[in-house]
Amino acid sequence: MKVYLTDMEGKEHELEATEDWTLMEIIREGGVPILAQCGGSCACATCHVYVDPAWKSKLPEPNEEEVGMLDGAFDVTPDSRLACQIVFTKDLDGLRVKLATGSV
Amino acid sequence: MTEPQETYQTDAVIIGAGPTGLFSVFELGLNDIKCAVVDILDKPGGQCGELYPEKPIYDIPAVPMCTGAELTERLLEQIKPFAPTFHLGQMAESLIKLPEGKWRLTTDTGAVIESRLVVIAAGGGSFTPKRPPIKDIEQYEGKSVFYSVRKKDKFRGKNIVIAGGGDSALDWALNLQSIAKRITLVHRRDEFRAAPDSVGKMRALVAEGKMDLKIANFAEVKGEQGQVRSVTLVDDAKNAVDIPCDAILAFYGLTMKLGPVANFGIALQDNLIPVNTADFETSVPTVFAVGDINTYPGKMKLILSGFHEAALMAKKAFTYIHPDRRYRFQYTTSSSDIKGKLGVDKNVTQDHK
Ligand SMILES: Cc1cc2nc3c(=O)[nH]c(=O)nc-3n(C[C@H](O)[C@H](O)[C@H](O)COP(=O)(O)OP(=O)(O)OC[C@H]3O[C@@H](n4cnc5c(N)ncnc54)[C@H](O)[C@@H]3O)c2cc1C
Ligand code: FES
Repeated sequence: MKVYLTDMEGKEHELEATEDWTLMEIIREGGVPILAQCGGSCACATCHVYVDPAWKSKLPEPNEEEVGMLDGAFDVTPDSRLACQIVFTKDLDGLRVKLATGSV
Repeated sequence: MTEPQETYQTDAVIIGAGPTGLFSVFELGLNDIKCAVVDILDKPGGQCGELYPEKPIYDIPAVPMCTGAELTERLLEQIKPFAPTFHLGQMAESLIKLPEGKWRLTTDTGAVIESRLVVIAAGGGSFTPKRPPIKDIEQYEGKSVFYSVRKKDKFRGKNIVIAGGGDSALDWALNLQSIAKRITLVHRRDEFRAAPDSVGKMRALVAEGKMDLKIANFAEVKGEQGQVRSVTLVDDAKNAVDIPCDAILAFYGLTMKLGPVANFGIALQDNLIPVNTADFETSVPTVFAVGDINTYPGKMKLILSGFHEAALMAKKAFTYIHPDRRYRFQYTTSSSDIKGKLGVDKNVTQDHK
């Protein structure tokens, strides 16, 4: 399974994705730098990504914690998510996301 | 840097008042080592106090559940008998070795602490405000763009844009409302994670037309020579609007940065301090590193790891501070010496009265 990640320079990376891992862990394991300062405990907002609008409906809605934590991110849009709060499932094979400022 | 103030003398200076720094005071205290504790935050607690005071922790041995704030309170209670001095709201900025073998630590407010030992319990680094990724923002910082309020008077009669949706943003919007010319509160969504009372007051002021509320993101800052003239806000529908202003206060929360510790002359590895696991000493003798800031094979960034490390660190520290004394292993349960230090013998008799 794959995730396609666009970094801050606009370069696309094809990452190997594993079920039950968080998107943040997949990015990290794939060797693309991501700050993710709190290690995935939804407490830092430095794993902010934009999810390709075409994929948004496949993802469960963010919970209140995540939406609240996004207040500490910059340039937040309706496509904004915290990568550590997205758990990878088979349905997400091919997911396209983009890193946001403040996450590298 | 400001002029040096008073010089404090102590046995060990601890950088960081997180759970590990606080418990280090206890373990060092048991070994008759006096401590001073420095933290950039204005309260002890580190990550537990700043990032998750209300959230539960379940893996503190023998404490099935306590919140970050409760853990901090209990640690403060536990270390009370050792009366450490706290130097809060200050960044440990430089560390130099004096000819007689002591360390001199200087903080960004000019405080000087001299000690035989240094314990770095700096966690994920020093807490610093998040800076909006806006082009050229640096040129305005400290002049017309601020991340905290030191002197309220600076904002008298000004048009101020306040960004953020938490307690800091709301508190300052309400606090400065009476002295500012106009306050515009900017937040990305029409919901606030702040005390309901403050949100209610803010909404009332907006309804009365005494404060402006804009639901948008910061896009650009315009001005010259450090003085902002306006900010450009962009909403979700990509509509841009310019708001004229004299000052900006941005409250996006805090982030942790290693900071000046990187220049202390201690070996680093990926922004962490390698230590040996026998005594948690760094590459520099008499300088220790405990808690989240250190690294060694198998390290887990947990509170309980920091507690364990503090105990072993203190054992080695004892040999530096009391070279003439033999280290004696004692249980707190049975040692009358330790009970004396903790002042608990007295309490026992009081309870019986
Ligand atoms: C949301 C969340 C939940 C967590 N849950 C758990 C849990 O359930 N169990 C668990 O064991 N752990 C948990 N942790 C991890 C735990 O909080 C950390 O392991 C712990 O806080 C580390 O303690 P510390 O004292 O080493 O560092 P910190 O708590 O990071 O404290 C370091 C302090 O040093 C200060 N500092 C650093 N440099 C300087 C300087 N130069 N000058 C002045 N001050 C400085 C910082 O401002 C900070 O206050 C959690 C963390 C988060 C974010
Ligand atoms: S890693 Fe900190 S919020 Fe995701």
